[in-house]
Amino acid sequence: MGQKNNKKMETLKLKDNSAYRTSKDKVFLVGVIIVSIITISPIVLIIGKLVWEGIGQINFSFFTETTPSTFEAMTAVANNEVIPGGIVNGILGTLLIVGLASVIAIPIGILVGLFLYENQQSRYAGLIRSLSDILQGVPSIVLGLIAYLWVVKNIVHGYSALAGSVALAIMMLPLIIRSTEETMKMIPETLKEAALALGVPYYKVIARVLIPSGFSGLATGILLSVSRILGETAPLMLTTLGNPMVNWDITAPTSAVPLLIWNFYNDPNMLSLIWSSSLFLMGFVLTLNIISKRIVAKI
Amino acid sequence: MNKNIDILENPALKLENLYIAYGKTDKYAVRDVSATIKKNAITAIMGPSGCGKSTLLRAINRMHQLYPDVKTQGNIYLNEKDITKMSAIHLRRKIGMVFQRPNPFPTMSIYDNVVAGYKLNGIRMKKNERDAIVEQSLISVGLWNEVKDSLRKKGTFLSGGQQQRLCIARAIAFKPDVILLDEPTSALDPIATSKVEDLLVQLKKDYTIVLVTHNMSQAARISDYSMFMYLGDLVEYGKTKMMFTNPRDKKTEEYLTGKFG
Repeated sequence: MGQKNNKKMETLKLKDNSAYRTSKDKVFLVGVIIVSIITISPIVLIIGKLVWEGIGQINFSFFTETTPSTFEAMTAVANNEVIPGGIVNGILGTLLIVGLASVIAIPIGILVGLFLYENQQSRYAGLIRSLSDILQGVPSIVLGLIAYLWVVKNIVHGYSALAGSVALAIMMLPLIIRSTEETMKMIPETLKEAALALGVPYYKVIARVLIPSGFSGLATGILLSVSRILGETAPLMLTTLGNPMVNWDITAPTSAVPLLIWNFYNDPNMLSLIWSSSLFLMGFVLTLNIISKRIVAKI
Repeated sequence: MNKNIDILENPALKLENLYIAYGKTDKYAVRDVSATIKKNAITAIMGPSGCGKSTLLRAINRMHQLYPDVKTQGNIYLNEKDITKMSAIHLRRKIGMVFQRPNPFPTMSIYDNVVAGYKLNGIRMKKNERDAIVEQSLISVGLWNEVKDSLRKKGTFLSGGQQQRLCIARAIAFKPDVILLDEPTSALDPIATSKVEDLLVQLKKDYTIVLVTHNMSQAARISDYSMFMYLGDLVEYGKTKMMFTNPRDKKTEEYLTGKFG
């Protein structure tokens, strides 16, 4: 009796609606394609625009000479020539500031990340973890203000690369801390136990087994945090100020590529330099991102 | 526990009233275990899952110390010395351990994996001494002919069975007194398993071996002494042949005849 009822219900349900399903499938496919095109179109348009407008200015002197004066640029534009000079002061300044920020942030970030990993459950570690997340949300201009107050006003007594590096290092910290902790969590516990079972002291287990095993993860985190701060402009305006000359003194005002872009934006004669500098910055960030993706893929 | 042998002279290891609990519960994973473990013999600890056999094994090299939740009471003596009075580092250099899953260091070559104990501990030695240790250890685990031309390759390139033998080589390269093995063949195929078993039988003339296994036939094949644990208790401990032919406890008999476990 029961079986008969079941059979009846099955036959009732068996209606061929595959045509409807196929068409629904197609509608969704088209929808997904459209949405994905919308997602990727900005990056394609940005890169296209930058290359279109900026490639003309990129030549040897772009990487070897300092920024031209307004007058030089104006003459060149009036004569329909390529603007002379380059952005070497910005490129080297960015390397100095970001390099110094990395020197400050990488050791601290990795040590704190290791601490959080080793003390998952502790309340103090939980507090540090939340504070580091909050730090990530602090607007960069606020960090610039703080670095201005600390370093510019009270330590160096003047605008300096160091002040900019402090602001950027604070921005890097949460990213490095998180990526270090996550990387360490991925390393199997058995590896740690294997080393400890050989009678290796704990600090050596961390330094010689855990860090080498998680090296690619740590490197990825660092590269991503560097590429994150490369384009920061607002904190640098308040701290490093800018400099038309190449500067290697960390206590002196220093230029940076994003600062130069802002300067060029404010000078109607240097419009095309905006595009070439942006193209350079974009290319730099993109390269770092691709390298870090490669490292991830290797694991 | 009068059912168990405890008359061994000069035992390699002596466990005395050992209690181990996880967390704050009063439920013990290992309850009142006392036993002596004979030198240069294979002692198998068997029992159904969750009976505390791995927990017991890991107490011997104080691995539980890593996890503050684990509470250990009782005494363990290595060659008559209380292990809690030794530094954990020194103790673990005397007691090697091989884990359930092969875990060679992925960043190190086969060569470096074998001498990892020396390298990571910063013990310096001449290159020819190191070469000799690597060769000796790999020969004794029967891996030398298979890997002698690829010592610079990463340890993780080897097959699972080879990796496990590499891990045993890593443990014996450091010349421990005792080797603890926590289900060393459970992740291996039958051929690799039989190779590891043959190896253990050979190694017992130089080392004291304590082996955790959930595989009774493995215990029957290679061990000299067997412990049967059930729900944290050491139910029976004795010569393997005796236990498998004439178990004294009803629980042991039921387990060995496959009624549970």
